[in-house]
Amino acid sequence: MSAPPRLPPKKRDWSWRSQAFRALIYQIVAVAVIGFAVWYLAHNTLLNMAARGIQSGFDFLKEPAGFDISESLIPYDALDPFWKAFLVGILNTLRVAIVGIVLATILGSLLGVGRFSRNAIVRGLCYTYVELFRNVPVLLQLLVWYLLFTDILPPISDPLSVGSLFFLSKGGFSFPVPVWTMGQTLATLGAIAGLVIALIYRYVTMRRFELTGRPGSLYLVPGLIILGGILVGWIAGGAPTEWSVPKPGDFQTEGGASITPEFSGVLLGLVLYTSAFIAEVVRAGISSVARGQSEAAGSLGLSRGLTMRMVILPQALRVIIPPLTSQYLNLTKNSSLAVAIGFPDVVSIANTSLSQTGRAVECIAIIMLVYLTTSLSTAAFMNWYNRRSALKER
Amino acid sequence: MPLAPKLLKVRVQGGYGRRFGLRPALEYGLSSIKFGGNPMNAKSILSFVAAACVLLLLAPAAQAGKTLDTIKQRGQLVCGTNTGLAGFAQADAQGNWTGLDVDICRAIAAAVLGDPSKVKWVPLTAQQRFTALQSGEIDILSRNTTWTLSRDASLGLTFTGVTYYDGQGFMVPTKMKIKDSKQLKKGTTVCVQTGTTTEKNLTDFSRANKLDLKPIVFEKQEAATGAYFSGRCAAFTTDASGLASIRSKDAKNPADHVIMLGLISKEPLGPSVRRGDDEWTAIVKWVVFGLIEAEEYGITQANVDKLMNESQDPVILRITGKSEDTGKLLGLDRDWMVKAIKATGNYGEIFDRNVGSQSPLNLPRGLNSLWNKGGIMYAPPIR
Repeated sequence: MSAPPRLPPKKRDWSWRSQAFRALIYQIVAVAVIGFAVWYLAHNTLLNMAARGIQSGFDFLKEPAGFDISESLIPYDALDPFWKAFLVGILNTLRVAIVGIVLATILGSLLGVGRFSRNAIVRGLCYTYVELFRNVPVLLQLLVWYLLFTDILPPISDPLSVGSLFFLSKGGFSFPVPVWTMGQTLATLGAIAGLVIALIYRYVTMRRFELTGRPGSLYLVPGLIILGGILVGWIAGGAPTEWSVPKPGDFQTEGGASITPEFSGVLLGLVLYTSAFIAEVVRAGISSVARGQSEAAGSLGLSRGLTMRMVILPQALRVIIPPLTSQYLNLTKNSSLAVAIGFPDVVSIANTSLSQTGRAVECIAIIMLVYLTTSLSTAAFMNWYNRRSALKER
Repeated sequence: MPLAPKLLKVRVQGGYGRRFGLRPALEYGLSSIKFGGNPMNAKSILSFVAAACVLLLLAPAAQAGKTLDTIKQRGQLVCGTNTGLAGFAQADAQGNWTGLDVDICRAIAAAVLGDPSKVKWVPLTAQQRFTALQSGEIDILSRNTTWTLSRDASLGLTFTGVTYYDGQGFMVPTKMKIKDSKQLKKGTTVCVQTGTTTEKNLTDFSRANKLDLKPIVFEKQEAATGAYFSGRCAAFTTDASGLASIRSKDAKNPADHVIMLGLISKEPLGPSVRRGDDEWTAIVKWVVFGLIEAEEYGITQANVDKLMNESQDPVILRITGKSEDTGKLLGLDRDWMVKAIKATGNYGEIFDRNVGSQSPLNLPRGLNSLWNKGGIMYAPPIR
């Protein structure tokens, strides 16, 4: 390829006749107008708040919050400052969002693929599911699930039990967990080490397959390596076997770990609602792959399952990812509805802080910042993945 | 009111729903929609706060001393109340509001405008209330609001007195067989509504008694009580008057629930106004004092006309404006108190009619009796 012809450097024409010059002026004016509007709003707000004797500022974040939170991923005490309460809320929001995104993707993909099944019942069920769940407002779905959990399940003092280990009641689902000691820490480290080794092993096997055509184990051996890592760590830590088993009481189930009905309600509602949309996205993606592709795969003798997995889905993925991203963002944002059923997400914590301190503008600003940050990070990650899976034009 | 939720509610009441215990559930779900006027509940709150922020953003700087003129010009008092709390503020099917907080607004409207019906009601959630007052959407907030230092000093509002001395308590199912708040067990789940002083009191009480109570926090009162009555929480907490109101209105069988002895906080409830308008603050303050004073001197809705013309008691003559013109000092008509008393009766009558002996709540006067009858209701003199 020859080098592109070199153009003479452009000369800026400083006159109204130059389109480039006019464009520049327009842009400067636009930026100035926006800047002034923002300044005016902020300035006027502060002025009004001062005139009405409303105290403002983020200094309250350092004060003790003074309220309890029902579920938290990190240790939290009512005497901790407001910023820590917010952190608890943010982690709860992320917990719902991340678990929700993973589950909704799995369920949505299955449903979307199910729309192409040759079995009329499967096809019909998937169709009904999608139409039902995407057409009922999500808040209503959250409430219905929550009410089902709190109305139908037995009272806290008399839970359903499976082998005196698992308990299900209005208080949530309680299950035994190992008591965390040195052994568990080492086992976790072992798992991480095992994962790294397994990934290296898998990479080497793939390379060898590509070079020599000799197939190797891609799932079994890496799986065993990870298991081995866990086992070595656990034994090195003294092989602890103590479990914390839940014990039902009159007011609460003690010991073990539990999933509250609030969390389950939010998660189930969001997953079922979003998966209906994801199913449609997946269906659209699959439909977009030219029919000739599956015919060609068929003529090569690939089974329908293999055709779907090896030929159709990889191509469909390029169409699927951008709209999928916006569904992920929707799920994250919809998690703010959790406040209606008592799940302490960041909106709920901000609501409480707002009413304790009266700092409405600040608390709303924090909520906005949290959702903006999570949404932008999700979008950034998905864009990166999109570029990776996009058609490489060579 | 949107039609759809109403229809749905009726249908659910029919058969299917009742069998699975879905009715109270769906009802409180729908009621949250009804009040928001929009199915996006949390979002509607957010948008409300956002709108309030915009109001703050765009409104010109606050002006002092103008509230009374605005009200007179508008011909209407805009009063912020509870969205629905039996005995304090509740709308019936025809949209008529009743309750103690509501009557305070009526009395003020009567004193200022001469007509107790010239009130525009703005139902507010616990969380919306202060922003609504700050942004000038309402003239007075009469919504069972506790007078505390941080609210009085940092929210840009002024409390004008106490209309109900209350305290926070707990309600538990009778079958729990406990009578006192201190008997609550470690780790008990407690349903509570956000946006109030309740959460903080609950935490203080839990810490002081090492109870490790678990609050499940709901945005709407209907959702919080719904979760309690469905059995999600072992206890429900709010002000004792609120507990009585909820028990009489929402419980299937009020006898199944017991309001425990041992209140855990002081909750002086009263109206508040925007800061910076001393004339308006004085009017609200003195209408409330006047109602209490009227009870002390036996002036009632029924006898106010008669007393005004026949009584020789100098205090009664002053209150009714027969001798001195106290109204002029406040910027009101001479007979401002007569109009107020005619509209709602004196404080005792308001209390009895809405929350006391003549109401389903049947709360004892207790602390809210007059100072000379064993309570602490004491009004400075009108003179």
